[in-house]
Amino acid sequence: MALKPFFNEMYDTAGAVRPHYAAFADWLKNTPPEKIAQNRQAADLMFHRVGITFAVYGEATGAERLIPFDLVPHVIPGDQWEMVSRGLKQRVAALNAFLHDVYHEMEILKAGKIPADKVLENSQFRKEMVGIDVPGGIYAHVAGIDLVKDADGEYYVLEDNLRTPSGVSYLLENRKMMMRLFPELFAQQRIRPVDHYPDLLLETLRNAAPPGVDNPAIVLMTPGHFNSAYFEHAFLAQQMGIELVEGIDLFVQDNTVFMKTTQGPQKVDVIYRRIDDDFIDPLSFRPDSMLGVPGLMKAYRAGRVALANAVGSGIADDKSVYPYVPEMIRFYLGEEPVLKNVHTYMLGNKADLDYVIANMKDLVIKEAQGSGGYGMLVGPTSTREEREKYKQRVLDQPERFIAQPTLSLSAVPTFVDNGLAPRHIDLRPYVLSGKTVNFVPGGLTRVALREGSLVVNSSQGGGVKDTWIVD
Amino acid sequence: MLSRTAAMLYWMARYVERAENHARILDVAYRMSLLTKDPNLQDQEWFAPLNITGTLFPFSGRHSLVCAKEVLHFMALDSENPTSIYNCAKQARENARAVRGTITSEMWEVLNSTWIEMQNMDEDRLYAKGVSAFFEWVKERSHLFRGVTFGTIRRDDAFQFHRLGTYVERADNTARIIDAKYHILLPSVHDVGGAVDYYQWSAVLRSVSAFESYRKVYRDVITPLRIAELLILRVDIPRSLHFCMHDVYEILRAVQNTSSHEATRLAGVVYASLQFGRVQDIFAQGLHEYLTDFLANTGRLSNEINTAFFSPTLPPASAQSQTALTTA
Repeated sequence: MALKPFFNEMYDTAGAVRPHYAAFADWLKNTPPEKIAQNRQAADLMFHRVGITFAVYGEATGAERLIPFDLVPHVIPGDQWEMVSRGLKQRVAALNAFLHDVYHEMEILKAGKIPADKVLENSQFRKEMVGIDVPGGIYAHVAGIDLVKDADGEYYVLEDNLRTPSGVSYLLENRKMMMRLFPELFAQQRIRPVDHYPDLLLETLRNAAPPGVDNPAIVLMTPGHFNSAYFEHAFLAQQMGIELVEGIDLFVQDNTVFMKTTQGPQKVDVIYRRIDDDFIDPLSFRPDSMLGVPGLMKAYRAGRVALANAVGSGIADDKSVYPYVPEMIRFYLGEEPVLKNVHTYMLGNKADLDYVIANMKDLVIKEAQGSGGYGMLVGPTSTREEREKYKQRVLDQPERFIAQPTLSLSAVPTFVDNGLAPRHIDLRPYVLSGKTVNFVPGGLTRVALREGSLVVNSSQGGGVKDTWIVD
Repeated sequence: MLSRTAAMLYWMARYVERAENHARILDVAYRMSLLTKDPNLQDQEWFAPLNITGTLFPFSGRHSLVCAKEVLHFMALDSENPTSIYNCAKQARENARAVRGTITSEMWEVLNSTWIEMQNMDEDRLYAKGVSAFFEWVKERSHLFRGVTFGTIRRDDAFQFHRLGTYVERADNTARIIDAKYHILLPSVHDVGGAVDYYQWSAVLRSVSAFESYRKVYRDVITPLRIAELLILRVDIPRSLHFCMHDVYEILRAVQNTSSHEATRLAGVVYASLQFGRVQDIFAQGLHEYLTDFLANTGRLSNEINTAFFSPTLPPASAQSQTALTTA
């Protein structure tokens, strides 16, 4: 089938370079291909040497892969970014307000803005958190908000990631790489810096400490070095100067969390955990978890240790709750959403289900609780056979699925085997909530490297680009 | 610092040091084997690396013949041999990867790129590159890692546990190198000797980079007594037992905790005996016996370090509550 028209970030419809890409376009025009090839090779080599890798599940244990990095940046004009910023702050404030509400008064459910069963019967709703006060009322300290631009050039929020969003290390390493390869481009124009992210994150985690703790001991908890995001865990711990711990390094005594050190046990106040709720405490959640710390939940509920993100944050980024985020913004903030939601069909509704089954070819269908691009069907690029198979899964348990129109996703020129060609992208800014809401300008740009593909996840053959906010 | 992190730093350092020492040992065997034209005598030289590393048994389980090609492959490239240079590079890198938040990025990059290159090494490439050139490369990577470590890491516990691993491993290796050649170091009627002895003795010195130091210290012919004195008792030779144990003792005092007394005491006893020992007494006791004792002691010390720092038993509940109160 013919590809739908899409928004090209670099060229306008007449084929002229958009003004915010002028500097890069000049460089591209004036640089011999050998030099460009050399830069691409240098980037590959450096990423390999630094060991910026991710593990791919389903491949041999511990298999490490390099995430493909593309030299052409995703450039966004400053004024456009201001609008996005406003939208991000608004959205994350509403999500945090929602999380506090559903674990306390449940006003939004009482007001009938969200069907109560969508929340209360969701496995991401953690009853253990009902009535528990978390420091500052913040649940999602770190939020990854996935944005895409449709053919009309408008931003849409594709999904919210409030559990353990990853990828920020690539954002930082991509920038480092670009500054190494293109110092002249950074000298020529004002590209807003991003390197202070670890400082902002550390400040956010300090703010998350239980009340009365002045100089909190903060640790980053990782599932271990076989986890796909281990590089990032180690990287962030190092950048912030905090201990990188695994479950076996911690223990709980008298509702207090300690880490085992060469100088004996030391108290821990804040845990930036990059491990899912299900695995953090075998006594409260999955009893077979070898990664967690027995008793951690009890210490957490007693307010003796803070977790970022809070347990139970997943209820706000669940795909079956996503359609109600604009309602949350209106309900808690009394504002109209700045960033639009993608229209979402809930297949638990008969009318939606009928429509989706009849129009599978034009829609994207996802599992409400899936992530990482696994288990989704992209209608326009699917085969008849794939659609038939997927249809059976949907009809078996329709309430487990949602569907959305296929957005065309904007594209940025990208180096492929035979030169430059447009490839689709999305953008994930990382929003930090503490006493104030903070983020570094831009975010991680992910790119689908296969022609026509709309799946940008690194686990599915996606790559990354540096993101420039230029003034 | 986290106990697990300390353990991994310690083992990271031990594996790097081990790889370097194995490269030295193999290099010497290789050079020695070139000195003789008799193929049987040539193969004799290849027992030494296996004896030193205590791998003669696993080796002979899989090879019927001790010869250059087999031993080189087994000790340098064999992924099935846990102490091959290949596996040392792998283990060093794996440990570093698990603590890369604690070491500097430069340290990580050295071990990571060493491992990437090591993976590309096979027998054909080894001989194409040249056997000695390969050992040079291993030594250079180890030197580079040491230099990068000293030049970039903060002088904190991470640095101390890295050094601790380095010196415990080196003391062990030097003792084994001397022990493997103890029979040729024994004073005999042919004491001042023939050419073969000269090459054997200088080979021992070269394998611990102490040949030039020997000349500078003694300005005289090479004798077994002096070799033993240099490599065991001199405090200014960086691969001598005295030098290593001096640092081990100092480090243990610097990182001591409430359960590390026995480790410090053991290191202190060994260090004191090296500080005040005399080479005549060592030979009177028997060089081999002396080294066997020494290796038993460092083995015990290794266990004590493990118990005191890496797998600490937790203090009773009351003591922990006190910790909580004082740090809250």
